[in-house]
Amino acid sequence: MASVSVPMGQRIRFDMRNVWIAPPLLILAVLFFYPLSLIAGVSLAGGGHSISLSHYTAVLGSALFRNALLHTIGIALASSAGCLALGFTLSLILSFVPFPGARILARLIDTFIALPTFLVALAFTFIYGSAGVLNESLMRLLHLPLAPVDFLYSPWGVILAEVTVYTPFVMRPLLAAFSLIEQAQIEVACGLGAGPFRVIRQIILPAAIPALLAGGSLCLLLTVNEFGIVLFIGAKGVITLPLLVYDKAIQEFDYPTACVIAVVNVALSLSLYSLYRMIMSRFGGARAGLV
Amino acid sequence: MLVWSRLGRGATWALLALLAGVVYGLPAAMIALASFSGQWNGVLPSHLTFVHYIHAVEGNSGSQLRVSIVTGMLASAAALASGSWAALALRGMLPLPRRMLDILFFIPSAVPSVSVGLGLLVAFSHPPVLLNGTIAIVLIAHFVLISAFTYVNVSAGLARLPPEYEQIAESLGAWPGYRLRRVTLPLITPYLIAAFSLSFALSMGELGATVMVYPPGWMTMPVGIFALTDRGEIFSAAALTMLLAATTLAVLVALSQIPAKASAR
Repeated sequence: MASVSVPMGQRIRFDMRNVWIAPPLLILAVLFFYPLSLIAGVSLAGGGHSISLSHYTAVLGSALFRNALLHTIGIALASSAGCLALGFTLSLILSFVPFPGARILARLIDTFIALPTFLVALAFTFIYGSAGVLNESLMRLLHLPLAPVDFLYSPWGVILAEVTVYTPFVMRPLLAAFSLIEQAQIEVACGLGAGPFRVIRQIILPAAIPALLAGGSLCLLLTVNEFGIVLFIGAKGVITLPLLVYDKAIQEFDYPTACVIAVVNVALSLSLYSLYRMIMSRFGGARAGLV
Repeated sequence: MLVWSRLGRGATWALLALLAGVVYGLPAAMIALASFSGQWNGVLPSHLTFVHYIHAVEGNSGSQLRVSIVTGMLASAAALASGSWAALALRGMLPLPRRMLDILFFIPSAVPSVSVGLGLLVAFSHPPVLLNGTIAIVLIAHFVLISAFTYVNVSAGLARLPPEYEQIAESLGAWPGYRLRRVTLPLITPYLIAAFSLSFALSMGELGATVMVYPPGWMTMPVGIFALTDRGEIFSAAALTMLLAATTLAVLVALSQIPAKASAR
């Protein structure tokens, strides 16, 4: 035993420590990566054994799929932009025009993160639905025979619901970034005659850019993957990729088609995820206010 | 303070009240109101009732609440064990393999939940491993989706842990197992609790993967709520949603009351 050199001993200890990663890695491989690879397999082979791209050409060429892809991307972009605008406005007022109770309000909005996303979609049917409060009030007030507001059953309904649900994900990093700005800096700028909009443009916005990028890219990822809101609003014309996967697999038992769409959906999500990781490593998790 | 004039401040707060009220207050108030409403033909319900809540706690919906809590607790406990294990094991590794494995462990949270469900259906619908139609496939789906978040939370806690405590314990001759049990884990307890809370909340609201894989006897609350809205029973759905939100928040508040033995400062 005395002949074992020190570096050798260190190497053995290093290798032994790395063995500990095996159990969780194995679980992840069996329960996640293996099923994911089978989706890719079924999308290529279908029920048979020969590998072909025939399913891909059939699915990717269909109007249903292209429609869903365009809706998914369009809804995700519009929702993320909405989350950034609303999140920036709310965080700005909560941080820089504070009032007693501002922290409590921020906490209340933050609890929406813990609630299921479809809660908002369901609530919207009571507010903006064809028999909802808004339409009933307008019909009574203006003596209209039909419901005047029907945006809920268009992409706009999904977008508004997603903005509600995902804005807290933008506010978290923004509020953290705003708390790092020196209040004295803003007071000096105001004292020197800068108006609030100039202070926002020249001091607050530059400091918030990492948080906006991190929050915005996270929103893109989450809205592309969103399923509950689209399912609950259930508008005939508004079908996204996750909903199409569900329709094909569960309603039509068409697994090869569902798998092709799932492959496209996963590829889209993973590229948005790498965008998010790139932004996080570029600006650093601490500066963006996320862990 | 960004706005100095009284009028300007008043206007800013009015804008905040309007935005927060319309976007967050109104949906929360409306779903609460709907859950109590007996009949709603006019602008507001004509009378209020508890009947939807009574339906929600007995019969089918009552068992859905139990199913959701059991699923959430089991999947979160498994995710906590696996995620903490992975985060602890990754700590001693070299930067490059560590970063690559870090990405691997986080990927499940970036993939659409419906695809996770579809993958499990494709993989485990025929022998040798037939899980389709069992409770296990629901638990696995929830575990896969939330384990990434547990891993991230625990890693964040470990990254903020000052190395001195463990080094001192090691220099005093504490074995790795003892050190882990008596020093590292107590120090990251707040992060373990936060990880469990987040997992539980995510599991309680999970819909996409569950709706793909659930067997007839194991319907979670979100699936039940969707079934109700699909049948047009939206007031019962609202009551069940309120119950789901209240249960989730109650568990989160209870977990936040657990005193951490030592805080990692």
